[in-house]
Amino acid sequence: MKNKNNIRFVQGNEACVEGAIYAGIDFFAGYPITPSTEIMEHLATRLPQKGGKFIQMEDEIASMGAIIGASLTGNKVMTATSGPGFSLKQEALGYACMAEIPCVIANVQRGGPSTGNPTHVSQGDVNQARWGTHGDHAIIALTASNHQDVFKITVDAFNMAETYRTPVVLLLDEVIGHMREKLVIPEPGEIPVVERLRTSVKKGIDYHPYLPREDGRLPMSDFGAEHRYNVTGLFHDMWGFPNNNPEVVSELLRHLVDKIENNVHEISMHKEYWMDDAEYILISYGSSARSAIHLARNRRSRGVKLGVLELQTLWPFPTEMVKEKCAGAKAVIVVEMNMGQVVTQVKNAVDNPQTVFLANRIDGQLISPTDIKSLLRMIQGKGV
Amino acid sequence: MTKQVFNFKDYIRPRFFPHIWCPGCGHGIVLGSLLRAVHELGLDKNEIVITSGIGCSSRISGYVDFHSLHTIHGRALSFATGVKLSKPHLKAIVPMGDGDALAIGGNHFIHAARRNIDITAIVMNNRIYGMTGGQFSPLSGLDKKATTAPYSTIDRNFDVVELAKSAGATFVARSTVFHANECKNLLKKGISHKGFSVVEILTQCPTYYGRKNKEGDAIQMMEGYKTNTVKIGSKKLEKNPDLIQRGIFIENTDIPEYCEAYDKIIETAMKGKA
Amino acid sequence: MAKGKTVKHLIDKEWCKGCGICIHFCPKNVLEFDKHGKAKAARPEDCIACKLCELRCPDLAIQIIEEQEVEHEKQE
Repeated sequence: MKNKNNIRFVQGNEACVEGAIYAGIDFFAGYPITPSTEIMEHLATRLPQKGGKFIQMEDEIASMGAIIGASLTGNKVMTATSGPGFSLKQEALGYACMAEIPCVIANVQRGGPSTGNPTHVSQGDVNQARWGTHGDHAIIALTASNHQDVFKITVDAFNMAETYRTPVVLLLDEVIGHMREKLVIPEPGEIPVVERLRTSVKKGIDYHPYLPREDGRLPMSDFGAEHRYNVTGLFHDMWGFPNNNPEVVSELLRHLVDKIENNVHEISMHKEYWMDDAEYILISYGSSARSAIHLARNRRSRGVKLGVLELQTLWPFPTEMVKEKCAGAKAVIVVEMNMGQVVTQVKNAVDNPQTVFLANRIDGQLISPTDIKSLLRMIQGKGV
Repeated sequence: MTKQVFNFKDYIRPRFFPHIWCPGCGHGIVLGSLLRAVHELGLDKNEIVITSGIGCSSRISGYVDFHSLHTIHGRALSFATGVKLSKPHLKAIVPMGDGDALAIGGNHFIHAARRNIDITAIVMNNRIYGMTGGQFSPLSGLDKKATTAPYSTIDRNFDVVELAKSAGATFVARSTVFHANECKNLLKKGISHKGFSVVEILTQCPTYYGRKNKEGDAIQMMEGYKTNTVKIGSKKLEKNPDLIQRGIFIENTDIPEYCEAYDKIIETAMKGKA
Repeated sequence: MAKGKTVKHLIDKEWCKGCGICIHFCPKNVLEFDKHGKAKAARPEDCIACKLCELRCPDLAIQIIEEQEVEHEKQE
């Protein structure tokens, strides 16, 4: 029996905060922006209660800088934003990729480009999460369609940030962020929490902050501890010092990409609904997935073999898994609220890209089961 | 104060020397003054985090044997704010050039001052963008030549001291690399000051600023610092009010330091008063 | 010469970039350029160990070492 005190009726943004607290967040820096602001508002209250630190910075860029600085002293850190702020953070996000600094960036998506549609839903930042910062790099981006999962993937985001020494993007959306529903806070230990891996190298012995262990992980040393090393956004050697030797450059870039792309099986998370015998598959994520699941439940009751593959890891894209799951399908419909961002990845993954269709909505309104049903019926040759 | 004799090799990463700065560049003198200040304060190298941005000035962080954070252009103060607030016992030192401090980083500069967070900002003012090859900066001032002002500048310059004062910095000082000893003493005071401290150091860029503006080589530029600057309130100012004043302009210990103020927030929050 | 002291000028010729700041500002005219255009202590006996050269060397190439050996021996 669950402890009743652990049951809440909250916004998705609060579920994200609860997940962050559960994961052990120590430090948050942010700048107010709709529809993510509740994350920072709640952390302003919650963090000092557990001895953590919260700071409202002068802008989005400074917030990203501050969390990177705080991560280096050994803290679990996070910032939260939405499209325009996410754009501003990109340079520092790339810095965190290059310097391998664990941090979590929540982007509660709204309509874009530019100021766009601040109080309405969109999933238009999927590709920005992947390629927003300049240069080759890899990134982890997670998403969820309900508050229990928002909690879970927030913990996962902190865990992955520590495990892979990388920024992790939480791609929420306005509907998830602002909608209220039930959240049951798991008991301590129910979801594993990954702590900062610190070096065991003793004082006086040469410590290499950028030399991966055999398992690929890079133990860190806190700023202020006995190992003094350099952190830079330039290509660097295993001590963190700038180096543009062609071998060092190519090896580091490969490492930055491989540490994520080679671990797709570990990072990739998804959920399946009625997939066992599905002839038609809806692939969706975030709040769109709620409509996809609703429609599938409805169609199943009428005998249509419709399944849903809900993606929780968008980047690195789970190409192999999607290919395998869609292998026998008559048609695949990608349900998303943008002009077609994940659908491109799905077409790239499956054997028959001509059987992949896009059901989307780009007007700031949540895509409805009816929107998807219209397309499904056309594909089935039943007419709208 | 330590009794040990100062040897800069105790504080640098010698394998990166000779440094990348041009012959006669004043930045190396700033580096020397900083190391002496750290030595005379008897600071533990493990307690110091030096955070820099991008440009000639930012290379200081790689040369010193402290925890060093070489960040992105203009944002060093925001990274340092994260370091300092998360671990307030660490000494945060942020050397910056003209652009880092007052162009791309101007917003962070005034807000760090407003918060009075205990960071020492060293503004290495050479009145030019050196790393990119001699473009004018917000500290160049009127009627100066630069690659991006071939007909001379029409942009006025900031007065770093006045700006820092009005933004709320609680320690503000100015010196020049000619006055290297004074420079060291002001850095010592700035680093010891509990709150946001700004030490502006005039430092020559003979390669770009000096050459473009016919101010001569490094030696002539340093002679200029000797003749064009005076101690605060010097009588010479009566005759020549354009002389640049050196010394401590503000030293205010009455304003709460940001990290200490936040500790009180934690105390309140833990009592459940929120 | 500084009283009761000998002064050694350690000049790192690899680090010195020959800007001439130390030479120009030396109050006792102790330093000059060597044939490679680097600083050298030509008249060390005139040095008063004011260390202005060390303080102002942008290359951290000069160290002034004061040795008090003579006095030290006398004390013993």
